[in-house]
Amino acid sequence: MSAEKLIEARGLHAWYGSSHVLHGVDLLLGRGETVGLLGRNGMGKSTLIRTLLGHVRERDGRISVAGRDVSKARPHEVAKLGVAYVPEGRGIFPNLTVRENLLMAARPSRDGRREWNFERVIETFPRLGQRLDHFGAQLSGGEQQMLSIGRALATNPDAIILDEATEGLAPLIVQEIWRVIGTIRTAGIATMVVDRDYRRVAAESDRVVVLQKGRVVLEGAAKSVRHEELAGFLGV
Amino acid sequence: MEFGTFLVQCLNALQYGLLLFLVASGLTLIFGIMGVINLAHGSFYMIGAYMAYALAPFVAKWTGGGFFATLAVGLVLSVALGYVLEWAFYSFLYEREHLQQVLMTYGLILVFEELRSILVGNDVHGVKAPDWLAGSIPLGDLMTYPVYRLFISAVCVALAAAMYLVLTRTRLGMMIRAGATNREMVQSLGVDIQFLYRVVFAAGVALAVFAGMIAAPVSSVYPGMGSQVLIICFVVVVIGGIGSVRGALFAALLIGLVDTFGKVVFPHAAGVLVYVMMALILLWKPDGLFKAG
Repeated sequence: MSAEKLIEARGLHAWYGSSHVLHGVDLLLGRGETVGLLGRNGMGKSTLIRTLLGHVRERDGRISVAGRDVSKARPHEVAKLGVAYVPEGRGIFPNLTVRENLLMAARPSRDGRREWNFERVIETFPRLGQRLDHFGAQLSGGEQQMLSIGRALATNPDAIILDEATEGLAPLIVQEIWRVIGTIRTAGIATMVVDRDYRRVAAESDRVVVLQKGRVVLEGAAKSVRHEELAGFLGV
Repeated sequence: MEFGTFLVQCLNALQYGLLLFLVASGLTLIFGIMGVINLAHGSFYMIGAYMAYALAPFVAKWTGGGFFATLAVGLVLSVALGYVLEWAFYSFLYEREHLQQVLMTYGLILVFEELRSILVGNDVHGVKAPDWLAGSIPLGDLMTYPVYRLFISAVCVALAAAMYLVLTRTRLGMMIRAGATNREMVQSLGVDIQFLYRVVFAAGVALAVFAGMIAAPVSSVYPGMGSQVLIICFVVVVIGGIGSVRGALFAALLIGLVDTFGKVVFPHAAGVLVYVMMALILLWKPDGLFKAG
């Protein structure tokens, strides 16, 4: 892989209490690259993401973001290095309006870029523009997901990690979310995508990584990985 | 009830309710955002009242200032106290169970009371209001009302408005409200939640201390005043809805009215009226009148 390393994990272990979830995971996300993270339920995808972001305290191994060692960093320090997060379940603040959800997150990037300002986020998600004064709790699932992605973009990140961004959404909304993920790629933001639709993930990614029982069992260029092989690992 | 008496009682109810709000707002914020049951919150009110009494001679000697200089010094000290307490004790309580929180914060009450006893003694003290606020204004032909009580109400209204503006119009306020519902997400947006909690805690302590300081000239300063205010503040928080500042304001004003008029209209039952009201409200709305946020 020739792209400059943005997020790099080496020998990552993570535990939830006595449960050893990640077993020496190596992972790389290059600048501007899209990586699809695949695996069956309970194989450690969300734990891997949460560990990279600093949310899992019981961890071991080396993580670096933009060349800085963040192995011991707290989540806000990782976020400030330009890593945005669209969590499973969307993580919308239900007691804040759409406008407030966006404004509280908005900040320039580390190098001062303000490309994703409030107006551009609303342009990307016109539907949010019509619901600016609605509380997060009043939005539909699709609107919440758009807000979650819009909020991540408002931090002007170098990378966005999307965990199950299309889960539980109507097919039309799913199309819309994939369209936006395409826009994010085009904008040069590195993305790590977790999704059940492995064909779509493979089609939209530069590389795919498959996790099984907390270990990377397959990694390669998305174009060169056979769908049958993926399906075998994913049990579909 | 004569109109003059009615008016005086209304103003008393308003003043009591607003002062109660000032103390309870910190309690509900700390409870709602950090999830900590802080039994020691009443002690901060007590500390404030004792500061108004004990700091005054030092402030007068060092700065030549009077009551307001003492308020300013007390406010700075209270923010520092809140910041240090959060760092030293409360930051270890967030992940703990409520029982552990209750035990530790109860322990802090004992520590604060003992320190108070050692430093200032167990006597009851009075604090003098500034001369220009010491008078009364006439209400009708027969009644008068102390200017200082109006001053307390005005200050409380100003602080409540400031708190409303900070919580609803500023980015800090948005972060605080967001932190009440999803602290992990707040961190993932680049917010140092530890610092945010420390700021909220220090602000909550400062509000309670400030309330104690401005209340000192009307309530006097005595041991056990923290426990008294704590119980009624929990009633405010429960009626208003845990974590809701708006609810705390509404509940505090309601309690002010019920308590003040209860003492006039039903003097024999005055002690229980507030609690009966709480029980009835909880039967109607078990989560309190307002939701957090």
